[in-house]
Amino acid sequence: MSYYDTLIFDLSTHARKGYTLPKRTFKRQALPTHLLREDCPGLPEVSEVEVVRHYTNVSMKNFGIETGMYPLGSCTMKYNPKINQDLANLPSFSALHPYQPTRTVQGMLKLLDDLQSYLSEISGLARYTLNSYAGAHGELIGLMIMKRYFESRGEHHRVNIIVPDAAHGTNPASAVVAGFKVIEVPSEKDGSVSVEVLKGVVDENLAGIMLTNPNTLGMFEKDILNVAELIHDHGGLLYYDGANLNPILGKVRPGDMGFDIMHINLHKTFSTPHGGGGPGSGPVGVAEHLVPFLPKPLIKKVDNTYHIERDNETTLGQISHFYGNVGVAMKAYTYILSNGKEHLPEVAKFAVLNANYVKESLKDLFELPVEGVCKHEFVFNGLKDKSTGVTTLDVAKRLLDFGVHPPTIYFPLLYKEALMIEPVETESKQTLDRFIEVMRVIAKEAKETPEVVKGAPHNTIVKRLDEALAARQPVVKYTDIPK
Amino acid sequence: MKTPKGLYYAETHEWVKVEDGFGYVGISDYAQHSLGEVVYVELPEENDHVTKDTEFGAVESVKAASDLMAPVSGVVVAINDDLEDSPELINEDPYENWMIKVELEDPSEIERLMNAEEYSAFCEE
Amino acid sequence: MFKYLPHTKEDIEAMLKTIGVDSIEALYQDVPKSLKHHDLSLPSSHSELELYEHFQALANDIDVLKPVIGMGAYDHYTPSIIRHIIERQEFLTSYTPYQPEISQGTLQYIFEFQSMISQLTGMEIANASLYDGATATAEAMFMICAIRKKQRILVSNTINPNIISVLKTYAHYKGITIDLLDHHEGVSSLEALKAHFTDEHAGLIVQSPNVFGLIEDYAGFKDVLEEKQGLFVINQDPSTLAHLKTPSAWGADVAVGEAQSLGLPLQFGGPYIGYLASKKAYVRKMPGRICGMTKDSEGKRAFVLTFQAREQHIRRDKANSNICSNQSLLALFVTIYLATMGKKGLYEAAQLSMDAAYTLHDRLLELPIFEPVFSGQPFFKEFTLKSTLPVNMVQEALEAHGYLGPYDLHEMGLGDGSWVSFAMTEKRTEEDVETIIKALEALV
Repeated sequence: MSYYDTLIFDLSTHARKGYTLPKRTFKRQALPTHLLREDCPGLPEVSEVEVVRHYTNVSMKNFGIETGMYPLGSCTMKYNPKINQDLANLPSFSALHPYQPTRTVQGMLKLLDDLQSYLSEISGLARYTLNSYAGAHGELIGLMIMKRYFESRGEHHRVNIIVPDAAHGTNPASAVVAGFKVIEVPSEKDGSVSVEVLKGVVDENLAGIMLTNPNTLGMFEKDILNVAELIHDHGGLLYYDGANLNPILGKVRPGDMGFDIMHINLHKTFSTPHGGGGPGSGPVGVAEHLVPFLPKPLIKKVDNTYHIERDNETTLGQISHFYGNVGVAMKAYTYILSNGKEHLPEVAKFAVLNANYVKESLKDLFELPVEGVCKHEFVFNGLKDKSTGVTTLDVAKRLLDFGVHPPTIYFPLLYKEALMIEPVETESKQTLDRFIEVMRVIAKEAKETPEVVKGAPHNTIVKRLDEALAARQPVVKYTDIPK
Repeated sequence: MKTPKGLYYAETHEWVKVEDGFGYVGISDYAQHSLGEVVYVELPEENDHVTKDTEFGAVESVKAASDLMAPVSGVVVAINDDLEDSPELINEDPYENWMIKVELEDPSEIERLMNAEEYSAFCEE
Repeated sequence: MFKYLPHTKEDIEAMLKTIGVDSIEALYQDVPKSLKHHDLSLPSSHSELELYEHFQALANDIDVLKPVIGMGAYDHYTPSIIRHIIERQEFLTSYTPYQPEISQGTLQYIFEFQSMISQLTGMEIANASLYDGATATAEAMFMICAIRKKQRILVSNTINPNIISVLKTYAHYKGITIDLLDHHEGVSSLEALKAHFTDEHAGLIVQSPNVFGLIEDYAGFKDVLEEKQGLFVINQDPSTLAHLKTPSAWGADVAVGEAQSLGLPLQFGGPYIGYLASKKAYVRKMPGRICGMTKDSEGKRAFVLTFQAREQHIRRDKANSNICSNQSLLALFVTIYLATMGKKGLYEAAQLSMDAAYTLHDRLLELPIFEPVFSGQPFFKEFTLKSTLPVNMVQEALEAHGYLGPYDLHEMGLGDGSWVSFAMTEKRTEEDVETIIKALEALV
């Protein structure tokens, strides 16, 4: 990585061009002046080579999965296969307008419908929509399905959604946007929800509960069947946040656990690139009795022909302009076919093996609040030796100096110094061993030279940032920069 | 942690200073310390009515946000404009920099707040 | 062994030994037996060669048509360099830039994206980014309702019906009421606005160019809204903004739209990218990620995500939106597109699209099978006509020559079954126009 401090606007020189366009003989059209802008937008004027070199230099200020290990908890930063990209870029698919008649796009629709079926088989839910653009969008759509279901039954009073305090922040935010009220319940020490605690909050206003399993501490909710029974007995529905699906692929299915609705993060479990924060894809699956409420439009197969159903009476409504992030869905589809039924279960097993291996190799130096086997990830509560004053933030920043992306920090909120590690299955034992060694070096430094850790990072292209300055004196565009 | 005497404190960490039937409201040293560097203070407008134990604004730091709860009820007769451009004043001196001035509606509300000693003990719990 | 899974037999044994269990299966001991699933019913593992063969077979069942329609997805040209740059692994594979020291690349292009959206719309602050133009409009609706603390808005019925449909869904669940504003000759009407905008409304949402392709004239709108503290949201195709008066110049409080028209491939409807920009005063009610400039501890210029205390991961159930990061790589796409095209290229591409559209429009009207629908407002690159022949006959005649179009507006509930929509871009040539006209002359 290398520092580069030029903005594209700094390179702009009057009359320079980075594009070519054809000359056409069409008559030049002029619009009435009262509809026209009076100034020119201040876009840069740069040559093609300047654009390419600029963004290449900008890219070198970033750390990617191919740079080094990326054990970011809850994010499943696995290798993103190149073949996925190449196939999604094929012009037969990428040049398709979304309003092509269905008979001209049967191959595209078959791919999408097959992906929907594969996700059903993997998760044990009856049907999927690919329209939701991201995990958070999937949550919102899932909750709208829940709302629509209760509306259809005339149960308008069911507005309470139970969310454990260890849940991702999106869970309560999505519930409120979908018009629900959030009932937060405390988690147990191992991040699980207790049936006893739930009994205290289920009543006639219960709409449902949002859970992830394995939970945010990477532990499998052993009581899940009892939780499901309790919620169902009280007329509620169970929502599964699919963020942690990777370690149970082919081993156990949310549908079989009793979940009625779930979303899957294709950009986690199914290897599509995170892109620096999107595009992702968050397909939503539902049990049979909720299929009528799926959003429109809906891709479906009838008598060996693929259709796009644009409307029906029971749908929750429309939540995307077209059919979701199709290009992302194609990559996940490729990943499923590459692995096939033989290797998908191995993905889960090796993710779990890697996590347990790292956990057991470091728990003498880092505080492990919950003993026992974990799934794909686990949480340390900072260094075991608290006398050094070295925090989880310091450890994370020191990892940067060793060329390792830090784990997720200060989440879940259950532990003050939470350090959440998800090593993922695509990392080899050698890579894990190097990570373990680096973590041990940092623990040693914390004891012997704590100032080195507290002052980290030392080797990065920029050091710790003044975040308060950014918020107090906002500079959010080029023209805001003081000259 | 500073907890000046003569002020009244709420469990939600706001303080009130009473002068001539008006209450000046701010947040405590404990509160500003827990939040960290304050980057934004959202206040009501003059002539808005605030009600005891309900939200009247919010204070944001880089990575946290906290609602401000009114320790007393009444009409807001003044707000501290300085905080708009210099939210860091809250960190520098949380007691000098009040947020709103309220015309006290029910002076008995004050009696239900904590004094400095009680509040110090409350924060240590 | 499989290419994405590096574990050898020896590795597995050594790792199990460290963990202190004798099999990987033992790591699933906490899963109730009754829940264990066996044998996924999925296709077998495909080699790369088989994947290419498989995709070729799927492609054999696809006819790629040349679009002469838009309706929210436009077939613009993509400069070659973009694909190469966005597929650099540093951009493609990284996570949301939560660790700014090693994410300055992502943060810098977000800053450049915000700067460019701001230049196009004239607005003070832009986020990065939203899922698509339709959901961006829904987020703008949440935003103005939160600012004004009102639960009712007015929406022009010249907005693309798919966007209105998404607005209605989001509004229904959040408890917001939508009233529709009627149009006059295909454009939002000032008279109707005066008659229907009330104190109860948080604001007005309009689109330009609208679903009929017409450029709307908002002279006088802002005054009517201001009288009742109404906020003004304009949804605008950003590719028209090198020419057209900006949302800011019309007095918009929030500008939103679909940025697919900035060179993004059609990709059967996604991924695309929505943008949202507003006045600085409303930043705390804005959804999504915002990047700001700051300094590091040594005084070096650097970028960081800012105003995070608005967002769901901190506000949880008090957040105004549940949006997290999204479409970031498309923000990079758009940034490179706008850098490559520059102010002149963006203007020129839009001008070529408009010239092609007006030429086709005039030539179609010379045929006895088309009539104008609206009179008055000019269009940009998309236009609506009335067909005197059954619409499917027209569509089939063009499809026989490899074209997609025109769009039957009745499918969206617009018009009487005879209204059709065409759109042109800089990719459509003189020859395209001739072929289309000849194909339709044969129907006369």
